[in-house]
Amino acid sequence: MRPFVYERPTSVSAAIAMASGPDAVRVPPTGADTQFIAGGTNLADYMKLGVTRPERLLDLNTLAEPALRQIRIDDDTIRFGALVRMGEAADNNDVRRRCPLLADSLKFAASGQLRNMASLGGNVLQRTRCEYFREISWPCNKREPGSGCAAMEGSNRQHAVLGTSDACIATYHGDFAQALVALDATVDIEGSRGRRKLAFAKLHRRPGETPDIETDLAADELITAIEVPLAPWSSRSRYLKIRDRESYAFALASAAVALDMDGETVRSARIALGGVATVPWRAREAEDALQGKVLDEATAQEAAEAAFADARPREHNAFKIPLGKRTLVRALLETRNMKG
Amino acid sequence: MSDAKMSSGLSRRMFMTASVSAAAVMPLANSPTRAAQPESAKPAEPRDLSAVSIRVNKQAYNLALDNRTSLLDALRDHVGLTGTKKGCDHGQCGACTVLIDGKRVLSCLSFAVMNQGREITTVEGLASTDGELHPVQQAFIDHDAFQCGYCTPGQIMSAIGCINEGHAGSEDDIREYMSGNLCRCAAYPNIVAAIVQARDETRRA
Repeated sequence: MRPFVYERPTSVSAAIAMASGPDAVRVPPTGADTQFIAGGTNLADYMKLGVTRPERLLDLNTLAEPALRQIRIDDDTIRFGALVRMGEAADNNDVRRRCPLLADSLKFAASGQLRNMASLGGNVLQRTRCEYFREISWPCNKREPGSGCAAMEGSNRQHAVLGTSDACIATYHGDFAQALVALDATVDIEGSRGRRKLAFAKLHRRPGETPDIETDLAADELITAIEVPLAPWSSRSRYLKIRDRESYAFALASAAVALDMDGETVRSARIALGGVATVPWRAREAEDALQGKVLDEATAQEAAEAAFADARPREHNAFKIPLGKRTLVRALLETRNMKG
Repeated sequence: MSDAKMSSGLSRRMFMTASVSAAAVMPLANSPTRAAQPESAKPAEPRDLSAVSIRVNKQAYNLALDNRTSLLDALRDHVGLTGTKKGCDHGQCGACTVLIDGKRVLSCLSFAVMNQGREITTVEGLASTDGELHPVQQAFIDHDAFQCGYCTPGQIMSAIGCINEGHAGSEDDIREYMSGNLCRCAAYPNIVAAIVQARDETRRA
């Protein structure tokens, strides 16, 4: 591991000032010499592997602002401070009551220990676990732009079928982000050029020709809060995650579903798909297919077909298309059967 | 550690611990420029050692550590408590689980320097001073909840966290919330039974 300087900023503005400099706009945050650390569950792992090589870490756990550690719920929003731990949010009874999808996307992610460590801000910024990205002896356009992609013709069972490019097929593995993108969440961002609010759907970038640029953030920008609007579909919502083993594994396929129903008819559906795409994946085609329809097995199947119409499988991951469709159909029908 | 003690009948574990501590202390003695600096001194260099004060099992330790040192390595190689095990060292197996301020975490993914002022509990800190085992330790023995034993300290620490969090309500809950602790011997049914017993005893207490 590259030796690094460790510092403890005491406020958001101090942390941003310490991270800003000419590099902060030139280099994507993941490649910057100065990096923020909160839970460290992803960053420490990638520093050990030599995938990420910061020479300076700024510890966000010493930031003083109380709002960073608070969950605030009112009539129409849930607001998570960026330093709230996954486990705390998953165990919050009001979060679960108001929006089971949010609570379950956290409960079924990682393990009890990791959820006690990982911050929500860091969780949404977690990087892919593509085996070729993790092991630095392989070519990887995300880790080393222009070096090629070993996954294309390699062992690509875990890889994405949606949102891929000729440069990268790495899966975005997070679960919480699927709930956030389905529920029209926003993130509050603070940086040296001021504050901004960004639609969660615009936080992550599809790989395209530049898979090394993963988010819309600059290296001196911090996520300070995540806000989820509460709406008629929030309480009738569910996260279904299908894995190689029952627990503590990344999704092979998952579905985040929230439904606003008028009797048996769908007034509005919110759908996101995990384990199958390169970024948190809103399935708008599936939502449109359900709009105004009676939700039953046939219409759910039509929605699933629409969701995967543009899927591009590789040698070992074609199974994710039928698995992803079946996961979505089951999630839709189970969510329909919930009380609104 | 003294030469006289080294030459006498030392156990392998004691010898290894002694050697490692000696190696860890040497840079401090030989290169004073790399010793821990007060915060106001010259700008920090990546290879500077940091002063880290932590409490482990209710005892204070003042350490001078390379920033790269994981909490796990600090506990094993610098504090000398080897009960906490290194399995994968990448947050995948749970063998290194400890409690920080009462919450279960993975010590392999936590840089020691980030734990300034924290209270760490390891498996060595569970039994009472008169030797009476913690209810979870006793339950693991009662139910034969291990074979090789390598994952056991992590399982026990994680089980304490799981029970304290209120996530040991049913056997299904225990399986879900203990899934971060792998056991290659597959003693899982016994581990679940042990946690059920410990949970009930803790509730009665």
